[in-house]
Amino acid sequence: MADGIRDKVAILGMGCTKFGERWDVGPGELMVESFTECLQDAQIEKKDIEAAWFGTCIEEVGVGKSAIPLSLTLRLPKIPVSRVENYCATGTEAFRGAVYAVASGACDIALALGAEELKDTGYGGLPDLGAGSGPTNWLWFPNVTAPGGFAMLGQAYAHKHGVDAKDLKRALAHISAKSHANGAKNPKAHLRKAVTVEQIMGAPIIAHPLGLFDCCGVSDGSAAAIVTTPEIAKKIKGADAQLVSVKALQLACSSGEEMGYSKWDGSYFMTTRVASKKAYAEAGITDPRKELSMMEVHDCFSVTELVTMEDLWISKEGEAWKDCIDGVYNIDGEVPCQVDGGLKCFGHPIGASGIRMIYEMYLQLLGRAGERQLKDPQLGLTHNLGGFPFMNVCSISIVGRYDG
Amino acid sequence: MVGITSYGGYIPKLRVDRMMMFQAAAWFAPAVIAVAQGERSLCNWDEDALSMAVEAARDCLAGMDKSALDALYLCSTTLPYADRQNSGIVKTALNLKDAVVTADMTASQKAGTTGLITALDAVAGGQKKNIMVVASDKRESKAMYFYEMWFGDGAAALCVGSENVIAEFKGSHSVSHDFADHYRGAGYKFDYMWEERWAKDEGYTKIIPEAVKGLFAKLGITMDDVDKFAFPCFFTREHKGIAKALGAEGAKLVDNMHNVCGETGVAHPFVMLISALEKAKPGDRILVCGFGQGCDALYFQVTDEITKLAPRKGVAGRLADKRKMPNYQKYLKFRELMEVEMGIRAEAGGQSAVSALWRNRKMITGLVGNQCRKCGTPQWPPMDICVNPDCGDMGKKDDYEFSGKSAKILTWTADMLAVSWEPPCTYGLIDFDGGGRMIVDFTDCEQKDLAVGKEVRMTFRHRWFDKDRGYHGYSWKAVPVKEEKKEGAK
Repeated sequence: MADGIRDKVAILGMGCTKFGERWDVGPGELMVESFTECLQDAQIEKKDIEAAWFGTCIEEVGVGKSAIPLSLTLRLPKIPVSRVENYCATGTEAFRGAVYAVASGACDIALALGAEELKDTGYGGLPDLGAGSGPTNWLWFPNVTAPGGFAMLGQAYAHKHGVDAKDLKRALAHISAKSHANGAKNPKAHLRKAVTVEQIMGAPIIAHPLGLFDCCGVSDGSAAAIVTTPEIAKKIKGADAQLVSVKALQLACSSGEEMGYSKWDGSYFMTTRVASKKAYAEAGITDPRKELSMMEVHDCFSVTELVTMEDLWISKEGEAWKDCIDGVYNIDGEVPCQVDGGLKCFGHPIGASGIRMIYEMYLQLLGRAGERQLKDPQLGLTHNLGGFPFMNVCSISIVGRYDG
Repeated sequence: MVGITSYGGYIPKLRVDRMMMFQAAAWFAPAVIAVAQGERSLCNWDEDALSMAVEAARDCLAGMDKSALDALYLCSTTLPYADRQNSGIVKTALNLKDAVVTADMTASQKAGTTGLITALDAVAGGQKKNIMVVASDKRESKAMYFYEMWFGDGAAALCVGSENVIAEFKGSHSVSHDFADHYRGAGYKFDYMWEERWAKDEGYTKIIPEAVKGLFAKLGITMDDVDKFAFPCFFTREHKGIAKALGAEGAKLVDNMHNVCGETGVAHPFVMLISALEKAKPGDRILVCGFGQGCDALYFQVTDEITKLAPRKGVAGRLADKRKMPNYQKYLKFRELMEVEMGIRAEAGGQSAVSALWRNRKMITGLVGNQCRKCGTPQWPPMDICVNPDCGDMGKKDDYEFSGKSAKILTWTADMLAVSWEPPCTYGLIDFDGGGRMIVDFTDCEQKDLAVGKEVRMTFRHRWFDKDRGYHGYSWKAVPVKEEKKEGAK
């Protein structure tokens, strides 16, 4: 039986651009920006990279199809480059491709780079692809947007657990207030302004019960990672260098059960519950609430983060809303979450987001997180949720200090 | 015996108070106060003549075996397609068998009664056993004028056959005249109307009596042999005057329904006939006329079978189920008489693949899912491999109609980001009684009407219009069932 990815691959270097409305640059310049930082950090040369994985999701308003936008922009010397797309798990998918390539022994050093330019649409929110969503879907699928799709979690969660609408709204506001406080400390974050729970609760409704501050930023940005084996990493960085290794990489995709079979109650993510259990097993974690030092989860909307706390088996079912109000996930809480501001404030250029989350874990584990540095973190979890609660893909990665 | 075997009605829920319309228009057209009584019916933004026709037809099929239908005639002057058979879309939405005659009858306000005579003749001739005739109209009119007051939107359906006849067909008489009190050239949105005095004096007042007297002579009857006389005429004084001149006064004359919905175009003779049938006793004799470039007059006698008719909404049920249009500006937007900034997001669109629609016609137009033969799970969308995780059977599946099933809301939202004619856009997940789950748009409701566990029923709606290509798309939505209906039944 396979023994998993744990400690087979180390992160040699990482880079991340400032996220935001990058009117000043296009996707190519964003890729160069994250790659330059990543390459310097890795202490290698471009020619040392043997294969690359490129993650971008909405190519229609970004770079177009194929991996060529990456190989061409970085002038990669005719190495294998693959383009991956898996909704909001796209960035983590690129990372998974590079990590698996190294783990398999197919290559020694691989690059994962995610980039997304979302703001060339002329309107707020994610692009609406119309008939580009598929000819049959276009003929029948309801008029669902991202905030509306996730807002439905709120009604179902409140109904299932008997949470008063006001209490739910307050818990959601605590989630966003915490991320705003963290984002304000991060120079690379898209939104850097602290807001109060009252401001959040009073904001205009986007999709009931979610208001403006319950929704993450739609941003331009890029993030990159270079991975290799721990042995090679030691050779390059020195025997005493602290390394960050991959402890787990898991992915779960919906079978259509949530949307088509009358069993799921609409209040949680079936995929996350499966992927997280597998990830903990792969990483050797038995008590995630105690063992995880920090998390970056997919807070596309505050309510997504709320239910994810239960789906990751950190909060007890039906109690995450109380934990959020009680500050369990604040930067000084029991399990700090969205330390870099999260999707909420760091921003969400889809193809880059998964790698940006790993970037924060990497900085924290190496003690390079500046003003928001946590004390002695050992293990960090990142989580992406692409699609809708009723039909989605969940990716989870766990990274930590390499003690080999 | 040949005659009507079933009826169904559809009046859209939205009603516009005519005094509210007058108040908005008075500065420009003070004379419209003359007709500013009661309320008119109005299509929701996602309804048109075709979607209303489907709803009326569904009502008409209550308690009927739809596989017995040999033909479907759709009568209207406001159908969405000039060349793509509209009745074929209705047939697919109703999930009728393929071996059926479908025909569109159009270009005159009497197209409905003409379709009905044609159907009755076909059944009498023995070539067909059961035919459904659906009439529907969503007539457009420019703002701030009499016609937007007179017109209403609606549809009605009648089945004709020779078994279980509720109203026996006794005979008809038709006259044809190229009398153009109004006309609408091909490709034009609005009617062009000639002076109303001429339409009344030379048209209604002469042509309707000509047809009625012709029928009386043919059948050897007089107005004494008529218990209810139904004919459309939105000039209320002339409506009464023509009837009186023909000998029909008081309760004998069926109300022109100006106060409750307005004139529903081609559907109106059927709507009025059904409103008479809903109150009729066995033995009642009904005379109904359709007017438009001539006149059709038909004579029926109600039978005992009417007492056995399965429950349905009919015209009365639809009239009672209403939602108020709050202001004139919203009316103007819904009628596309006012250009509203919908934002760049609303530009998202693209071609509609008719090849994909053909492949999935039962699913998309007919709301037909499928059912696992092994575990019995009904599934939407229909797929080859069973969705039940404990089953997963890969064998053949059977068609499963969801359109008539009631469902309950699992979860929902009201979305201000989604492009909508009536924000917030509401949608959610519903669970059907008997199994099956669907992600759907809600319609004919507001946010306050939605709650987890609330009952909904499915309705056929106009989905979107692709202005670049002239394509009209249709799909099904869910409507919350009103609470008061249940309370009333207690």
